[in-house]
Amino acid sequence: MKPAPFAYERPRDLNVALSMLAAGSGSAKIIAGGQSLGPMLNLRLVQPELIVDISGIAELKRAEVSGNELVLGALVTHADIEDGRIADVTRGAMRAVAANIAYRAVRNRGTIGGSLSHADPAADWISALSALGARLTLRSFSGTRAMAIEAFVTGALESALHAGEIVEAIHVPARAASAHWGYAKSCRKTGEFAHAIGAALIDPAAGSARIVIGAIDAAPIVVSDAAELFGGRITADYKQRFDVRVADALLVKAGIDDTAQRHIHVGVLRRAVQEAAA
Amino acid sequence: MKEDAGVRNEREFPSGRSGQGVGARLPRKEDDRLMRGRGQYVADIRLAGLRDVAFVRSPLAHARIRSIHVPERYRSSVFTAADLVGVKPIRAVSGLPGFKISEQPVLATGKVRQVGELVAMCVAPTRAEAEDIAASVMLDLEELPAVYDMLKARQPGSTLVHEHWGDNVFLETNYEVDISAALDAPIKVTREISTARQCMSPLEGRGVVATFDRRLDQLTLHSAAQMPHITRSGLAECLNMEEGQIRVISPDVGGGFGHKGILLPEEVCLSWLTMQCGYPVRWTEDRREHLVASSNCREHHYKITVYADRDGTLRGIDCEATVDSGAYSSYPFSACLEAAQVASILPGPYKMPAYRCRTFSVATNKCPILPYRGVARTGVCFALELMLDLVAEEAGLEPGEVRLRNLVRPEQMPFDNITKKHFDSGDYPEAMRRALAAINIDAIRARQRQGDAAGRRVGVGVSIYCEQAAHGTSVYSGWGIPMVPGHEQASARLTPDGGLELRVGVHSHGQGMETTLAQVAHEILGIDVANIRIVLGDTAMTPYSTGTWGSRSMVMAGGAVATACRELGERARRIGAKLLQHDPASVVLQNGEVRGVNGSVGLKAIAYTWYRRPQDLPADVDPGGLEVTQGYKPVRDSGTFSYAAHAAVVAVDPDLGEVEILDYVIVEDGGVLVNPLVVDGQIYGGLAQGIGTALYEEMPFDASGQPLATTLADYLLPGATEVPAARLDHMETPSPYTQFGVKGIGEGGAIAPPAAIANAVNDALRPLGVELMQSPITPHRVVAAVLAARAAERSAA
Repeated sequence: MKPAPFAYERPRDLNVALSMLAAGSGSAKIIAGGQSLGPMLNLRLVQPELIVDISGIAELKRAEVSGNELVLGALVTHADIEDGRIADVTRGAMRAVAANIAYRAVRNRGTIGGSLSHADPAADWISALSALGARLTLRSFSGTRAMAIEAFVTGALESALHAGEIVEAIHVPARAASAHWGYAKSCRKTGEFAHAIGAALIDPAAGSARIVIGAIDAAPIVVSDAAELFGGRITADYKQRFDVRVADALLVKAGIDDTAQRHIHVGVLRRAVQEAAA
Repeated sequence: MKEDAGVRNEREFPSGRSGQGVGARLPRKEDDRLMRGRGQYVADIRLAGLRDVAFVRSPLAHARIRSIHVPERYRSSVFTAADLVGVKPIRAVSGLPGFKISEQPVLATGKVRQVGELVAMCVAPTRAEAEDIAASVMLDLEELPAVYDMLKARQPGSTLVHEHWGDNVFLETNYEVDISAALDAPIKVTREISTARQCMSPLEGRGVVATFDRRLDQLTLHSAAQMPHITRSGLAECLNMEEGQIRVISPDVGGGFGHKGILLPEEVCLSWLTMQCGYPVRWTEDRREHLVASSNCREHHYKITVYADRDGTLRGIDCEATVDSGAYSSYPFSACLEAAQVASILPGPYKMPAYRCRTFSVATNKCPILPYRGVARTGVCFALELMLDLVAEEAGLEPGEVRLRNLVRPEQMPFDNITKKHFDSGDYPEAMRRALAAINIDAIRARQRQGDAAGRRVGVGVSIYCEQAAHGTSVYSGWGIPMVPGHEQASARLTPDGGLELRVGVHSHGQGMETTLAQVAHEILGIDVANIRIVLGDTAMTPYSTGTWGSRSMVMAGGAVATACRELGERARRIGAKLLQHDPASVVLQNGEVRGVNGSVGLKAIAYTWYRRPQDLPADVDPGGLEVTQGYKPVRDSGTFSYAAHAAVVAVDPDLGEVEILDYVIVEDGGVLVNPLVVDGQIYGGLAQGIGTALYEEMPFDASGQPLATTLADYLLPGATEVPAARLDHMETPSPYTQFGVKGIGEGGAIAPPAAIANAVNDALRPLGVELMQSPITPHRVVAAVLAARAAERSAA
């Protein structure tokens, strides 16, 4: 379990990194915390010619509140969020998610941008940040573009990233004072990847809800207007109105044939809804 | 948590007062090295000119090899079967009638029969470069249908793993005691029960460093192995060498559990390579190789019927057991040890008048199965103890009560059960009663009646087993496998400064024998354990032994050390008598001194005189000296029987399928405990592995024979947060047959947890009509069973 040979660069400047990636013409890989790429290299599942280590690029470590949103650089670690070293506009939602990602050793090194770029359906951020309505800035040598996370994740381990493109920043909108947040997952054991994730951002005052069913073998199911899951409208009694049949139908539509698997997903989403709180 | 062991020993063993002898809760001497990261494992060995080996392994489960293409530039770095002229395949036969022999070529010839089978050996200055070379070797394989399901493999017309056999059965056995007598029993319960295929997962994998010494004309093989002497015998057979030309050294070994009790084709390959090339070579097993290539364990299937009277009294068991033995018979235990053993151990500590068991050891296109901690007992205990809960349900009794009515009673000891297993001693019902009391079964029942607000369901389960350990010649001669344990030997040598060196052929890979064997020697000679060194894991420095397996080392090597130390003490006593100018009959050895009426002389002075000042010895001194080797067997070698009752309380979420262990109790009887602290460690470690079997560990295969859990992200092992703080209680019923009354206990912790936990889960879910008869109990299996039960209820309504 040793990686195939590769070249390694650790630039200090984002533009230099982007030019290296552009020159790598698709055979370059970005490494940040290395928590997923490391094992994949060792297993020779990926055999890039060049690895561009972005961990020395200071501008990707920034985190700042800008207007009504938090802008996180791609290199912010799970532990940075867990420990409250960066600002929070989600009233603890992100901190709680971060604290339950894998193990502390993984959280110390793993980055939010790396997790999103890897697009593992069982990882936390692609589901949690989809529910929170986050957007991403992607940057390449030729420019930047922005998109919602649910558009970014296109499948299991598949994203909208082009060759030579990097997740530069994550824009997390502030959570409204009236919005309830619930997040649940089921893991075989502590620190293990989840086999079911449910996330709910429900604002009874605004009558809106975003619901995510994650850790399926595809991109998370993101329901940005989730009224149908609550009998057609979002009201203060949404917990009683949660309709498991609609959730099940979403999973059927997503191609999950196994009834037990669907039952677990629905159960986890129901827990997220039941535990949702302002 | 018994703290009074020392008190008992003060009474029974004089040295108990020193706090170092048999029964002392002594911290492990070896931990000073191991806990500081100063152990030396195979992968730590550095030899000048050392090169690394990576193997080209079969990507397919079953295929004919058309050709192996090695790029021109790597021709001198790659070796295939065609290069290994004269190297014999590994043959692990059994003398049991009808056993079919497999030949495992050390590098594949003709066919590959499992994913991960060795095809070519690549050598380079580093492992990474060796893997680069391995990646460049192209295999042209003609894929054949894979034999991946042991039950289908038994059917006529199945694809054959070894064509010339005519079927896929290594061995079929039949055992019967008057099953017809049970058939009219009012309670008859039949089920199919299975345990998943597992990987043993010691912290340290296998590893080999091989080098050849031209001066000594000797191959030295450093290997992470449990049984260095057996490895040497196997190597000598495969390589046509004299045993004296081979030295096997097992340095510190990070856990064995059976995984390191096999002769590896890699060991043969690297031995050949170093002799061929003249430089030292190394191969270190990586985790993927461990998971998919070298050996698995535990895959059992039972079709079992239990007969009982209305009051829960067992009338008989009828069972057909199938074990997936994989593609090859592993050396030395063979492909049939696991399955054929099922027939003799299934009845366990229960009385019954009728019994029938048919077993099949089946060849499949998977890696060989090896005996894993508990060997077949974990599967057997799972099958029988789950069935007894169903008998309890039929009889309307508490599960614990059914056990109490059928367990062998203390007044029946020694007891020969229906398969003629000879139980040396013990009080099984007492262990079960203590476990039931400790888990507070009445409180659990009351809690169940109240229900759980969170929607989880609480259940309680028990299990009990017996662990035959240190069984010797009389048991193993019948198997006809390459290894039969005889007298276990130990050498004891007083050093000139009065220290003691003990040499034993067993190995210690977590068992703490550098401490416990020293305690045994201290018990006899009174020498401070700090001044006792244990030499093990080296064929050149230790007496021959079949090694460490079968929970045998404390009984066998402990007994041998005691025997050797007694003889050494006797010799020292006679020299001491000369020095004291006493009649030898008038002096005794006590607490490290030879004492007579007019004075005493210490072992240190005796040793110093013998070695350094022989001029002070009288001319007629016994010339035997202060170094002895003695052999030992227990009074009866049919094995010691330790046992334990386990009780588990779980909470099950029927919607998510999650199982949480709320409480766990173990009441264990391992005879006299040489070191209760070490025993506690053994039990905790075994429990962790048992929890793995119960809830987490599974190596699934697809229909093409591909192993699907190829990393630890897929193959789940319990971690610290999954293992509860179990409560331990010790009983100590001495064995009448062994030194000090000790029994083997190394495996027991891993035997009973799957049964206790599964029974607890079934107890929790029984009101829902759910029954789980397969390990591991995963969330998916729980939920699928809950949904199936609901569907059945709807269709019945």
